[in-house]
Amino acid sequence: MSLLQVKDLSISFGGVKAVDGVSFEVKAGEVFTLVGPNGAGKSTIFNLISRLYEPSAGQIIFDGQDITGLPAHDVAGLGIARTFQNIELFDHSSVLQNLLIGRHCRRQTRWFEELLFLPKVRRSEREQRLLVEEVIDFLDLAPYRDKLIAGLPYGVRKVVEIARALASEPKLILLDEPASGLSVEETQNMAWWIEDMQKDLGLTVLMVEHDMSLVSRVSDRVLAVAEGHPLAMGTAAEVQANPKVIEAYLGTEATS
Amino acid sequence: MSNRFKSRYDDDINLFEGRWHMAQYAILAALLLAAPWVLGNYYLGELTAVLVWSLAGLGLMLISGHTGQVSLGHAAFMAIGAFTNLALMQRGWHFLPALLASAVTSGVAGAVIARPILRMSGIYLGIATLALSIIVEDVSIMAEPVTGGVAGVFAPPISLFGMEIDRYATPEAFYYLCLGVLVLVTLGYLNLLRSASGRSFLAVRDSEVSARALGVNVARAKTLAFSLSCAITGLAGALYAHLAQAVNYESFLVLISITLLLQVVIGGLGSVHGAFFGAIVVVLLPQVIAIASDYLDNTAGIQIAAYPGLDTALFALLILLMVIYEPRGLYGVWFKVRTWLQLFPLYRKGMFRRTRTYLKTERQR
Repeated sequence: MSLLQVKDLSISFGGVKAVDGVSFEVKAGEVFTLVGPNGAGKSTIFNLISRLYEPSAGQIIFDGQDITGLPAHDVAGLGIARTFQNIELFDHSSVLQNLLIGRHCRRQTRWFEELLFLPKVRRSEREQRLLVEEVIDFLDLAPYRDKLIAGLPYGVRKVVEIARALASEPKLILLDEPASGLSVEETQNMAWWIEDMQKDLGLTVLMVEHDMSLVSRVSDRVLAVAEGHPLAMGTAAEVQANPKVIEAYLGTEATS
Repeated sequence: MSNRFKSRYDDDINLFEGRWHMAQYAILAALLLAAPWVLGNYYLGELTAVLVWSLAGLGLMLISGHTGQVSLGHAAFMAIGAFTNLALMQRGWHFLPALLASAVTSGVAGAVIARPILRMSGIYLGIATLALSIIVEDVSIMAEPVTGGVAGVFAPPISLFGMEIDRYATPEAFYYLCLGVLVLVTLGYLNLLRSASGRSFLAVRDSEVSARALGVNVARAKTLAFSLSCAITGLAGALYAHLAQAVNYESFLVLISITLLLQVVIGGLGSVHGAFFGAIVVVLLPQVIAIASDYLDNTAGIQIAAYPGLDTALFALLILLMVIYEPRGLYGVWFKVRTWLQLFPLYRKGMFRRTRTYLKTERQR
């Protein structure tokens, strides 16, 4: 069964068609990767799915529900969480606070109850914290729990951002270049975590990534896009061998 | 150096981090409660002014420091609070309901204005709020039945629980009244900050785009923050009216809006302490300068009073120095001193090396 269906999705900025008639389906429980050269529209597809951009045509169906008309802040509650290509953490807060904000879509209290800090609020804060601690455990973030984001190394911030997405208890997690800027070891860890998310947490992962070794290792299926158009779909090896994909990355072969 | 190990989630949820922290605030509370016996009437009045401006600063801190939206127009909401309170009391309302009405009126006014105004950001938001302050200034001249026009309104005496409270006749009662309101508001503020709403404010400040992706309704969070901020400032305005005994449009000029913003910047944006530190500076610095000039006049014969505008210049210089050397304000200074004491021989010089940070209102959203 497909968890996410994208049908004929298009968006243009001025005259530029950033995404033009892209359709794909992500099955529940799989790791689905979008690859493509820079400017292919991969991140734009992410922004369309998380409703930050308004598509000019097409439909996005998540878990049987058409989310094309929903406001962006309702998407998290349905079970779609995401990370950003250029880490968008809350820099002046601690790791713990960042993860707690990740649980915002599951909040149980209203502001006037919080103003008085009713017993109900304390109960809910404890519950939220317990669930956040599970994520901290899962991603080994305990040493950084009370550290401010502003002081953390880049690799850790990448993990914190994934933790924040996981804290919202998603069904589908969108990872925008999870391995960009990471060292070889950190990329290795990232691969394990993606595998764990899929196998232990039963999550569906939609990923944009350039590192083909990571892509081949974790992805069940890969979709190559270029200039807003879908090029080829299949396993990582199949897509890499596809002549159209090679052409998109390297250009046409010089004719002799 | 004290090392405290957390053993329960409540250690992070509670307002006080352990006994020593609680004891510090108990000492502060005792000092504040004892102040009327220690201080003369004049200095008690100054301390009351510090409390009132702290309250106004808290209001602005909520929207500018914690939600990241600059407001150059908060005097407008002080005015709304003050005129509402006095107008209702003159029509026979008791003080407490009139005080609540001040908060509600300013809060509702804030909520109505918030939607259109908070679509803007950065310098544009600054200009829009500045304009708001000017408009309210004019309206307070024109709405004569409520505001008394150019002449303004006098504050009627407060009777509370059978007690007559007057700023001059019973300064200590008025002081306790202000202290009580301030403590209640601060507690509510801290409660918000340690729960979901407060976190959503911080999220909006630091990255609107990821706040939205995490399920924060950004427009709603901003409106709530602005409205609460205005309500707190309205309360401060009402108390200020009773402190000054008479208010007219001149009590809430644009200059007051700017002073308020300076207050929270000097105190330290994004910290509750900052609102208090800033108020202490804004209220007491002119006094310190006056005392210093008297002293210089008497001892060295230097007449500073002969140079008008010197106190304003000093104030401006202080702000300049603050922004250049300590953008986190007095709270930042205090935080460093505290860390130095806690770590005593182990403090390292580069510990607080600054990375480039500023209000992220200009950021892509």
